[in-house]
Amino acid sequence: MIEVENIEDQNGLRPDGRRALELRQIRVKMGVFGQADGSAYIEQGNTKILVTVYGPHQPRGSTGRSTSNITKGIVNCQYSMAVFSLSSGERKRKPRGDRKSQERSLQLKHAMEAIIHLEIYPRSQIDIYVEALQVDGSEYCASVNAATLALIDAGIPIKNYAIGCTVTLINNPSLEDEDNALGKGVLDANYVEECTPGVTLSVVALPNNDSTSKDGLIVVAQGAGQRLHLSQFESLKARVLYGCQDIRTILDYAVREYLTEQSLPSLFHVALN
Amino acid sequence: MAETVLSSGEKIFILHGIDADFRNDGRRRCEYRSMEIETKLMPQTHGSARLHIGNTDILVGIKVELDIPHADKPNEGKLEFFVDCSATATPAFEGKGGDDLATEISNVLIAAYQTRNAFDLKTLCILPHKKCWKIYVDVLILQCGGNLFDAVGIAVKAALNSTEIPKITAATLDGGEPDIELSDDCIQLDTSNYPIIITLCKIGDNYIVDPTLEEEVCSTSSIVMSVLPNGKISSVVKLGCGSIQFNTFTKMLQMGEIIGLKLNKTLMDVLKEENQFGRQRRIFGFLK
Repeated sequence: MIEVENIEDQNGLRPDGRRALELRQIRVKMGVFGQADGSAYIEQGNTKILVTVYGPHQPRGSTGRSTSNITKGIVNCQYSMAVFSLSSGERKRKPRGDRKSQERSLQLKHAMEAIIHLEIYPRSQIDIYVEALQVDGSEYCASVNAATLALIDAGIPIKNYAIGCTVTLINNPSLEDEDNALGKGVLDANYVEECTPGVTLSVVALPNNDSTSKDGLIVVAQGAGQRLHLSQFESLKARVLYGCQDIRTILDYAVREYLTEQSLPSLFHVALN
Repeated sequence: MAETVLSSGEKIFILHGIDADFRNDGRRRCEYRSMEIETKLMPQTHGSARLHIGNTDILVGIKVELDIPHADKPNEGKLEFFVDCSATATPAFEGKGGDDLATEISNVLIAAYQTRNAFDLKTLCILPHKKCWKIYVDVLILQCGGNLFDAVGIAVKAALNSTEIPKITAATLDGGEPDIELSDDCIQLDTSNYPIIITLCKIGDNYIVDPTLEEEVCSTSSIVMSVLPNGKISSVVKLGCGSIQFNTFTKMLQMGEIIGLKLNKTLMDVLKEENQFGRQRRIFGFLK
């Protein structure tokens, strides 16, 4: 158990020196693997996620037969954690197939179904494979972000970025004053903060294109930890949408940079002609 | 690794290239593709390495924990290999699809490290009957572009070479209960005897190292052998449905030994070179 005293805020700073609404450093690489149709790698602080996308292709095996819906494409997700991914000496027994991974796969599927234009892929399947290489909090949200990037790399048309972000309400008994910045929830929690007695909301949202309004549609929301009082929900929602908007800006910049890099030789080619 | 299907014309082209000692990518029969290796890239493990050769991508993470020795081997520690074929490599590995290949690879690793000349499990013992180290070697296959066995072998050796085990300052028996004090300092494993794995792939009348996916399709049989740095061979496994003449087999073993010695030396030199950069070295991981 993590001691609560460590989480106590020092001048509004969190244990790793961030402010309440500050994200960890996000580093992105698209097109990591040559063989897959699309791939992306994301680092959010110490959380490292790798995603590959295969497809759209003909449905395979049981997923193809069992489905009754042939007017839309099928999204198939698998969330898997490397056995050495956990922090502090622990080792996972199985990389996938446990309840947590299955739940994550399902939630990821819901998030991805919300953004992919499935109606243009009837009778086809898109595979999204997530491999968590290192885990330090907010790994589900990081994998949603990486999956979005991998879809873009695969050239699959999407409606909007699906952005995952967590907000954690650190329920510290010594923090009575409501004005405290950390008391209203912190963004992009790391592992230590996720373990605190409190509540962590993992939210996947489709932020508005227009970056001035910090608003968006929430697609998946999942709470973990203690119960959350409804009166606090609105403020948490506002914060997490703020975070999603920030992450979207970062990812959008990375995508544009990557695409410019990729298209440069062909532009030169045009100029030479 | 989408399933590679070649027509007989393509196969014959590859075969003739190998006969002429000039392969599709310009290599000779006994030449490897260039490899990229990076160690200590996962801070939450005790040791790690990533190997990239052609399209093959391997990540190895090593975790060490305290355990109780086996009752029948009270003086020995434990070394365990686990291979996971991630679905990121090919959709065929989804769910349990990669388990067969994973078991095959981990069996080869176990055989390679089993002999005492390669890995002395006694060095992992702390207190006989009571406490020992258990080393988990976890291999994650992220992409396969041919020659998995060699790549895994090299990555495992590099990862073990980077492994740091906490130093033990005191190990005493306190009323029958072990009492162990760990220091913040770490010791490295003595990797001087660890084997590497060499695959010789027989295509036509010749045998090649480091086959690509296309070349693997042309081959009916291959030999996977583990070579120690002193030239001894610790295990040999034949894969594939084809058979090999006794004379060819002996020649292949000799060839494998020579290549193994060279590869081992190159690997150790490279790892030493990397080590010299010290802790300030920038870690690239998958961002490069």
